[in-house]
Parts: sequence; C-alpha cells; structure tokens
Amino acid sequence: MKPEELNTPHDPTWCPACGNFGIWVALKKALTELKLDPDEVAISYGIGCSGNENNFVKTYAFHSLHGRAVPPAAGIKFANDALTVIAVSGDGDAYGEGGNHFIHACKNNYDITYLVHDNQMYSLTTGQASPTSEKGMKTKTTPSGIIEDPINPISLALAANATFVAKGFSGKADHLAELIKKAIQHKGFALVDILQNCVTFNKLNTFQFFNKRVYDMNKEGHKTNNKQKAYEMASEWGERIPIGIFYKEEKPSYNSSLPQTADAPLVKHELGKVDLTPNFEGLA
Amino acid sequence: MSIKPTVNDLNWKIAGEAGYGIKSVGLMFSKICTRGGLQIFDYSEYPSLVRGGHNTYQVNVGEDEKFAPKALVSLLVALNQDTIDFHRDELEEGGGLVYDNEDKEIDVSSLDAKKYNLFPIPLTKLAEDAGGKKVMRNSVALGASVGLISYDFELLKSVIEDAFKKKGDEIVNMNIKIAEAGYKHAKDNFDVGKFPFQLKAVKGPKRMVLTANEAIALGAIQAGCKFMSAYPMTPASSILHYMAANQEKHNLVVKQTEDELSAMTMALGANFAGVRSFTCTSGGGFSLMVEALGLSGITETPMVIAEVMRPGPATGLPTWTEQGDLRFLIHAAQGEFPRIVIAPGDAREAFYGTHHAFNLAEKYQMPVFVLSDKFISESYKSEEFFDTTKLKIERGEMMTDTQLKKVKEYKRYKFTDTGVSPRSIPGQKDGVYNANSDEHDEFGYSVEDAENRVRMVEKRAAKLEEAAKDLPEPILYGLEKADITLIAWGSTKGPILEAMKLCERDKLKVNLLHVMYAFPFPTERVNEVIKNAKDVVIVENNSTAQLGSLIREFTGHDIEKKLLKYSGRQFYPNEIHEYVSDILSK
Ligand SMILES: Cc1ncc(C[n+]2csc(CCOP(=O)(O)OP(=O)(O)O)c2C)c(N)n1
Repeated sequence: MKPEELNTPHDPTWCPACGNFGIWVALKKALTELKLDPDEVAISYGIGCSGNENNFVKTYAFHSLHGRAVPPAAGIKFANDALTVIAVSGDGDAYGEGGNHFIHACKNNYDITYLVHDNQMYSLTTGQASPTSEKGMKTKTTPSGIIEDPINPISLALAANATFVAKGFSGKADHLAELIKKAIQHKGFALVDILQNCVTFNKLNTFQFFNKRVYDMNKEGHKTNNKQKAYEMASEWGERIPIGIFYKEEKPSYNSSLPQTADAPLVKHELGKVDLTPNFEGLA
Repeated sequence: MSIKPTVNDLNWKIAGEAGYGIKSVGLMFSKICTRGGLQIFDYSEYPSLVRGGHNTYQVNVGEDEKFAPKALVSLLVALNQDTIDFHRDELEEGGGLVYDNEDKEIDVSSLDAKKYNLFPIPLTKLAEDAGGKKVMRNSVALGASVGLISYDFELLKSVIEDAFKKKGDEIVNMNIKIAEAGYKHAKDNFDVGKFPFQLKAVKGPKRMVLTANEAIALGAIQAGCKFMSAYPMTPASSILHYMAANQEKHNLVVKQTEDELSAMTMALGANFAGVRSFTCTSGGGFSLMVEALGLSGITETPMVIAEVMRPGPATGLPTWTEQGDLRFLIHAAQGEFPRIVIAPGDAREAFYGTHHAFNLAEKYQMPVFVLSDKFISESYKSEEFFDTTKLKIERGEMMTDTQLKKVKEYKRYKFTDTGVSPRSIPGQKDGVYNANSDEHDEFGYSVEDAENRVRMVEKRAAKLEEAAKDLPEPILYGLEKADITLIAWGSTKGPILEAMKLCERDKLKVNLLHVMYAFPFPTERVNEVIKNAKDVVIVENNSTAQLGSLIREFTGHDIEKKLLKYSGRQFYPNEIHEYVSDILSK
C-alpha cells in the first residue's frame, strides 16, 4: 500500500504551510510502513484544526468531542484489542479540556497511541492561549501577555507513569514517522507530543523557530530507560529543543492484563449465551 | 389490649446508628421470609455518611406480592434511643418493640405498655455470652424477632450459613449461636404466641430478593453487554458494583473511569467498535455526560445509559429519592436528535426494560435511557426468577462482510425510508467510515451544505418515529372502568398498586395507567385513556408534575389534580389511598 491510498476524497483544509500537513504525511507514512490494513486501524479525533484530520485519513474514524479523543480510543481498544488504535488531539484538546483523560490514560497504560498536535495555540477558534503557550505570549485572550508558565506535557506524562514518552516536530516528517511507528509498536500508552507551527496565529513558535532549535536527542546519546534523565531532558527549552524518545518502559498494558480478552477480543464474544441461573440462585 | 391476631401481614423494622449492620440483618430478614414462600418489599433510609447518622431498614412481608413499603410498623427493633424517638409513632397498635433493657441510654417510658408489646432483651449481653461482640447484637435481635413471630429458625440458619460460608465454619457457627441466643431468649421469656403479628412459611415458588439496580445489571448481562465504563455515584453505584463482581463469571470488562465525561465517551467508543456497552450514573454524573449524549445522537452510535435519580440540583440529597430528571433526559444536549427513555416501575421491569434498551439502542442507533431512582434502585423486592427463554438479541441492521464486499462505496449514513442505515464495525473489510461529530454526508465526511443538513436532521428524526412503533404501550392496572384513573411513571407504580389494594378493600374504584416507555411519548394510548376516564389524577415524586406537563404537551389534556411529593421520600400507599378517598367522598 502507498500512503496516498490513505487519502480520502477530501483535501486537507488547513492553511498553506500549516504544520498539520507534516504530521498528516508522517502518520500515513507510518501506517503504510507498518503495513497496517486501514480496516484494522481506528483513529479517534478531538476537535480543532488537528481533529479535522478525521476527513483526510481513510481508516475507521471516530470524530469525538473537544478534549475527548482518548476515552473513545480506550473504549475501542477494550472492545477490540486486535485493532491499532490511535487518538489525535490538539494541545488545547489534550492538555486543557482533556487533561484529566490524558493523565489517566498515562496511568492506565491503555494500549493506544496518542498524537498531540502541539501548536501552542487554540487555532480552530482563531487564536487563544493554550496550556502550552509560552509565558508572555500575546493572544486574543491574553492581550497583555500570558502571566503563567506553560504545562510541560513530557514531564506531566512521566509523572503520570506513561510508558512511552516522545516529542516530534512536524517539520521533520521522516523522524516523526519513525516515532509514530515506534509508538504504535509500543505495547502500552504512547504519547507523541508533536511540535507544530501555526502559520496564522502563532507568530512566535514558527517553522523556523523550531527548525533551528530541534535536535535528535537519541542520536546525541539519550538513553530511553532512565526516568531521571528523561525529566532533565524534558525541561530543555531554549536555544536547543530535544526531539525523540524521552522514556520507554516495558510493562503489561491495561488491555494485556485482562483475562476476559485473553482468548478473543470482546467484539468476538458470542452473544446470547448467557446463563443467569447462578446469579438468580445467589440472590435467593 | 385486644388486637386481632394476624398471620403473614407484618412490617418489621430495625434502626440504629450507621455502621451497626442494619442493612445486613435487614436483608437477612427478607431472605428468611422469601425462603419461607412469603413475598417482601424492603425499604431503607440512610444519610450520606459512612459512620454515625441514623439508618433504618424495613421489610413489608406477606403472602401476596408486595410493591411498596408500609408506613405502620408491627415489630420495631431499636438499637438505640433515636430509633424510639424517631419511629415511636410508626408503631401500630399491638405492635412490638425489641430493645436492649441493659442499655442505660434506652428509655421506653414514652411508650404505653398497654398499647404496645414491649420486649426487653439484653441484646449486647446475649451477643457477648455467645462469644460475639457488641456489634453483633443485631444478629441477636434478628433471632429474637424470628422467635417473637413464631417463625422457623431453620430458615434463619440457612440464610446465616449462606451469608458467612465464605468465612468458614467457625464464623458460621458463631453467628448461628448468636442468633439462636436471641431466638431462645424470646421463646423462654415471652408468651410469643400471644404477639398479634405472626409469620408462617407457606408453599411458593423460589424467589430472589433484589433491587432494581441489580435487575438493571442482570438485564445488561443478559443482553450481552460486554463492556461497562462508569464513575461511582449514589444511588447508581450498585449497578457498577454488581457488573464488576460479575466480570469473570460472564466474561465482560468493567472500567471505573476518571470521570463521567470519560465513562460515557469510552462506552461510546466500545459501542462504535461493535461491543454492547453501557454506563450508569445519577443526575449529577449525567450532567457531565450530556455533551456525549449528542455525540451518540449525531454519530448514530448505540448507547445505553442507566440514570438513577436522586433529589437535585447539584449534590442535593444523595441518599434519597425523587423523579426530577424526566424532562432533563428528554431535552439533554444541544440540538435536536432522538433518544428513548424507559422508566421501569420495579425490579422486574428494570430487568426486561434494560434488556430491551440494548436491542433498541442498536436497532435505532441512538441513546436509550433506563431511568430509575433511589427508591426502587436500592429497595429489595422478592421476585420469581426472571424468564429469559423468550429474550432475543436483536442487533439491528449491520453490514455483513459479503454485503460490504459488494457495495463499491459504503455509505454508513445512507438515506433510507426508516432513517436507519446498516452499520459496519471497525475491523470489517471495506467498511471504513467516519463517525463524525460534525454534521456529515452519507459517508460521514464533514459537509455544511443546507440540503444535506436538512436531510440528515430528518433522517435522524425518522428513526424515532420508527422506534415509537416498536415500543410497548402504557399498561392499565386494575379495573377497566374506574371512578379515578391515576397516571404515573417509573417508581411510583409500587406505592400506587399497594394503595389500590386499600381502595379495593374500601370498594373504591381506582385504576392506574403506568407509563414505563415515557419517550417517545405514547400519545395515542394516553389520550384514549384520559378521554374515557371519569376523573384523572397525576401522581409524581417531583414538584412540577413532569409527566403531567408532557401529557399536556402531547395530548392537550391539562390534568388539574396532582398528587406530588418532593420531600426526598417516596410515597407511602396510605398517602395515595387517603388522597383518592378524599376526592371520592366529596
Ligand atoms: C466543549 C467545547 N468547548 C469549546 C469548543 C470550541 N473549540 C473548538 S476547537 C478549540 C480549541 C482548539 O485548540 P487545540 O485543541 O489546540 O487544537 P488546534 O485547533 O490548535 O489544532 C475550542 C476551544 C468546543 N468545540 N467544544
């Protein structure tokens, strides 16, 4: 299969040069290179420019609500753990409206991949501050500049016991595609926070801004099995910004720990075979 | 005192401080009754606390089916002084009071010994002498109660054996010994045959003792529900507990989520992926689920939600009852889309209604509510084993692999006459589609054109008309022709049926139209009954007569006579009986 075969009849509606294009290309590349059948892939999207990707990738899609990409993804995986399940969100989606789901998905270690299109901005709603917008940034809702420091998704995921924590950049689509592949292959919850430019509303964190700063931390020797080191790397944000895998841990996923689905996914269980007599007896 | 002795018409009540096993012995009392062929309806009151506070448990027992608790108590077990102070006036003439006469804090002087039967029993001492602790005086009281009403101690033994068998023989035997101490004490010290309220085992079919919540869970399991995600909230939590306890037995997965937003959207994801899935909550939790209700609506993803009401708004009265959320469910979420509301009146209806809810949700690809309340969801009732032989699983229109292969371009949201479009399940070849919370075309892709929008709104609405034809009509209980027709929905059914027994005794002609399938509203049948009725009274456990307002909206009838109760307590049959008697005596 070629990546183009994952296209739908609808062309992306993002602004020209939007970072979402790079993420879209990387996602399709990853799915194709992993030879995943689109019928066996389900993607749950949040609401935002990022979530609009639901119209542009031809797999089973569940376009959820703002902030709620993760719970349906977990539900799909519970129902059918034979599927590859991905959740797609914006930074507002993931760390604002859906912050609680994010933390608990890390903790629960559902066997799903979470791709967060992190443009540090609420873009679909035309440019308000997001949980990851930088301190001092002027947006429509913070005309005098943001007062507080942003959330750090990487350290947050580490603190919540995520088992795969990575950061990519939309401008390095090949590197990103590799990260997405590894995230999908990871057995457990995998976060890829994806730095992305918003050409229209974020004039600070532009393509050039990231392109100058990002470096492949794993190439520079960062090992993925050291949580303390991962925390240290997570706070590097300035002249240089690390991308790659911060931390990875092998641990049974929530789904693989369920005896109920050890033999067959729930969706394959035969219905109509229930015998409630022992339950009735127990209540007598 | 010359009270006519009665056999098998008893209202037993135990009360005391929370944490003293009131509920556990209450439930045991019910089981010894049902194991003796009798029928029961239990009711318990407790505050929203774990320790301290006043707990009560009462069991209305007799040979005929019991539908509600009774106000007048025939045998009261007081584990503390509060019980005497709070419930003294509930004792009927000749009724008995069991209390610990060695408890210095208990004072029974306010009770007229000529009017009531006082049974001083050293509950704590007997428990301790038999090798137990003070907290086990509830078992002594249970044993004593069985003695006072001359009931069969062997039945109590069998219930104790079952309740404690997991803990080993030693614990079983100690508990039997403690209960027996109470039983013997009663027999040895009182002329028990003279106590006017006696109980005798009769022949009858085997019965369970269960709540509507347990029945809802059983209905879901029977329907093939394989996944449940929920967040605890009284009085819905016992559905979640029962499902969780049955995970391995019935091979299903239960996930307690981080919040209700997650509970509902996770279940939606699982339903989307082809597994019958479920959530439960109370009104407060449902408030958080509202956004996802619309998501079920527009993506046409089946969803079953059990909403167990408690008095609101906000935290309200967590452990009490009200029918305040009917309108809320009918209108919940922005925009216009169909949903079905099923409001069972008892555990039996909760079981079959929930099973039906799963079929309806998949057949019509929409959210379906099972709407209950604290009253029936936490009150135990005796029921014969549910007959599951006729229950079928109907999954509605689904694309087969062969059908998918044949269609070139599968339209998940194809316009059809019924509005229902056959769905595919992720993993099926050539069935890829977009379950889109944005308005969409027949494939599921986002489109904003006006013509498509109109057709999609109409498509979704058409499903409700289709579903309406598939729903059972409201049932008329009692006489075909009556002087007063009561109209009710959900849990008020029980107290009304009990009230109708009293009316029959008094030769008052009263019947009940019970609306279980409340939405889409059964306009025709309700209209017909009201038109032919002599006089109509609406009975609801809320302050605004929500069903009454629906009747007005859909049939034009404005029912003026309303019996409404919104104290957080359910109706007692005598309240309804008195209201009706008043009207008919004018
Ligand atoms: C419950 C709810 N609140 C608010 C909105 C409006 N809304 C849509 S997208 C969005 C934020 C988008 O920002 P982000 O998640 O970062 O995604 P981006 O558009 O930047 O990709 C908001 C607030 C909504 N759709 N739903």
